Amino acid sequence: MALLEVNDLKTYFRTDDGVVRAVDGVSFSVDKGQTLGIVGESGSGKSVTCLTIMGLNPKRTAMSSGTALWKGEDLLTTTPKRLREIRGNEIAMIFQDPMTSLNPVHKIGDQLAEAMRLHEDVSKKTARARALELLKAVGIPRAERRLDDYPHQFSGGMRQRVMIAMSLINNPDLLIADEPTTALDVTTQAQILDLMKRLQDEFGSAIIMITHDLGVVAEVADDVVVMYAARVQEEGEVRNLFKRPNHPYTWGLLGSLPRLNQDVERLVQISGQPPSLLFPPKGCRFHPRCSYVMPICSQTEPELADVPEATGHHRVRCHLDQETKDHEAAKLIEGTLAEAS
Amino acid sequence: MSTTKPEQTAPAVVAPPLELAGDELLVVDDVKKHFPVTRGIIFQKEIASVKAVDGVSFTLKEGETLGIVGESGCGKSTLARCIMKLLEPTAGRIIFEGRDITNLSRAEMRPVRREMMMIFQDPYASLNPRKRVGFIIGEPLQVHGIGSDSEIKRRVQELLEIVGLNPEHYNRFPHEFSGGQRQRIGVARALAINPKLIVCDEPVSALDVSVQAQILNLLKDLQRDFGLTYVFIAHDLNVVRHISDRVMVMYLGHAVEIADRDALYAEPKHPYTGALMSAVPLPDPDAGRARKPVVLQGDVPSPINPPSACWFHPRCPRFHAGHCDVETPQLRPLGVEGHVAACHYPLEGWPLTEEEFRGSGAQLPPAADRDE
Repeated sequence: MALLEVNDLKTYFRTDDGVVRAVDGVSFSVDKGQTLGIVGESGSGKSVTCLTIMGLNPKRTAMSSGTALWKGEDLLTTTPKRLREIRGNEIAMIFQDPMTSLNPVHKIGDQLAEAMRLHEDVSKKTARARALELLKAVGIPRAERRLDDYPHQFSGGMRQRVMIAMSLINNPDLLIADEPTTALDVTTQAQILDLMKRLQDEFGSAIIMITHDLGVVAEVADDVVVMYAARVQEEGEVRNLFKRPNHPYTWGLLGSLPRLNQDVERLVQISGQPPSLLFPPKGCRFHPRCSYVMPICSQTEPELADVPEATGHHRVRCHLDQETKDHEAAKLIEGTLAEAS
Repeated sequence: MSTTKPEQTAPAVVAPPLELAGDELLVVDDVKKHFPVTRGIIFQKEIASVKAVDGVSFTLKEGETLGIVGESGCGKSTLARCIMKLLEPTAGRIIFEGRDITNLSRAEMRPVRREMMMIFQDPYASLNPRKRVGFIIGEPLQVHGIGSDSEIKRRVQELLEIVGLNPEHYNRFPHEFSGGQRQRIGVARALAINPKLIVCDEPVSALDVSVQAQILNLLKDLQRDFGLTYVFIAHDLNVVRHISDRVMVMYLGHAVEIADRDALYAEPKHPYTGALMSAVPLPDPDAGRARKPVVLQGDVPSPINPPSACWFHPRCPRFHAGHCDVETPQLRPLGVEGHVAACHYPLEGWPLTEEEFRGSGAQLPPAADRDE
């Protein structure tokens, strides 16, 4: 049994303009010790998916359906009390912005200890000792002295380390990291990714990494889910996805990245804007922006189907025939897709 | 051609003494910007200074793009503001079209400002939410008194078309546009008065990758069509590589390496550049995991109390005690023509294994006392 199994998850928000379908039938699973990358542009529903799993959506406006089985227990229907026990303890979350996710008026050490004492009946002293241990584990120099510092006394990278320390304080089985390195410089990003990998080896936690940076995904993920307009468009093992991408949207994402190891005169650009989730397009959600659009694309939405001759897990939601897909994917890898389109 | 130094400190770091060919559009000569740190309420006493930019020199030819990379706090944005004369440089000279504009008054600057414009990082904060797009884009024209109202309107609609927006959206407000579209508005505003030089301060950092590609393609097209010169500031090495002809790497207010794009990315010389390049995630699962990033220890030191001699020595994997922390390295020619780096122990090749990167005889830097 997978550690977390999400099935046909839907989250709709009631707004004054109508119902926004922020997540519309998303399924994936994460095993112990595995890293799942969720990729997509802003507004594709990747963050809402995770907030729904954690039960952190606003109760008054959000409606969810589907299941999110955590060790067999459905997180969507469980009691708030049980959710509080799981949150921060078995499942921990790292948010994007380390500047705003720490309380500015409490000392770092107290904030860390609080995270532990909420879930375990331990003395302040034990909690403080554990906080110290973790600050050392995430590589904060002179941790003893820094326990009594306030968040503003830390730099961005250091604060993100504190956030990671806090999320790990109860040895979670699953860590959900929402753009954990987006606000950081490359050198700090490398430090944080390196740290997360080491901690995963040590504690065997599973990680869900939400990001729009395909470079980061390529480095850390085992499996990747590509989301567009509230739907999974392509998913599979990381090598399948990067070596033989099968969806025009994935080509667009990969081709729009300037790369250190490849010269291209022009970047592939996905024309237009992401659709409104109030009125998502009929048929394939990507068809209004797709340069390979066919008449059928605006009529019926393709199923998420297995890619033929794939080694390992690889599924895609696209009507194009396999020959064209492989041909275009090969062009993308060579870096010649932009001139063609 | 070199200038006199106002104070002691380390010897001047002048990129091989500026030799001007005469066709430079912009010359930045040993520019410094120090911000005073004061204490006291009534009698303010200057107790220290933040050396945000501390002696940077480069030249830029017409139609060229200079990329400036570095971590946050390295002084790249301060440098941009000094070039635009939005900040008064503490020392040094800025020569634009052969004219020294360093000490020009506001009134004298006005005609010069028609030739240089800026594109800002945050497309949400840099557009006035209460003004219509037509006004925002046309404002530079009004300020400089170019054209009548109807001419301005025609020009604005033309500009909207150039940057790929619908000219009929002339009367809309910024909030009606997405992030990428707003950045296009910022580009249109910068183009309004046909400037020669555009300083782009992290123009794509706040955007999604697909939108980022649209803006980068647009900037390249505009450069080709209008012969623009760019100073392009970014922290993303991939983006800088894509758009630049030459690249300058900054660390703690200093230029540590300047080279042609291809030379820099093929063979970085400064260990800091090497570390930055090895830290960039590659969107390729095999190549990305095969190489091991050089993980730098600690954070960028405070520019109030920068490390002695080589600014990078407390974090450098190639630190040699008694040399790197005593003698300030000068920018010196290394490798191909026009490639300069400020390092006593430059990298021998690229890519390097971890041992090769550390080199022979390197010690562990005294990083512990400098982590704050």
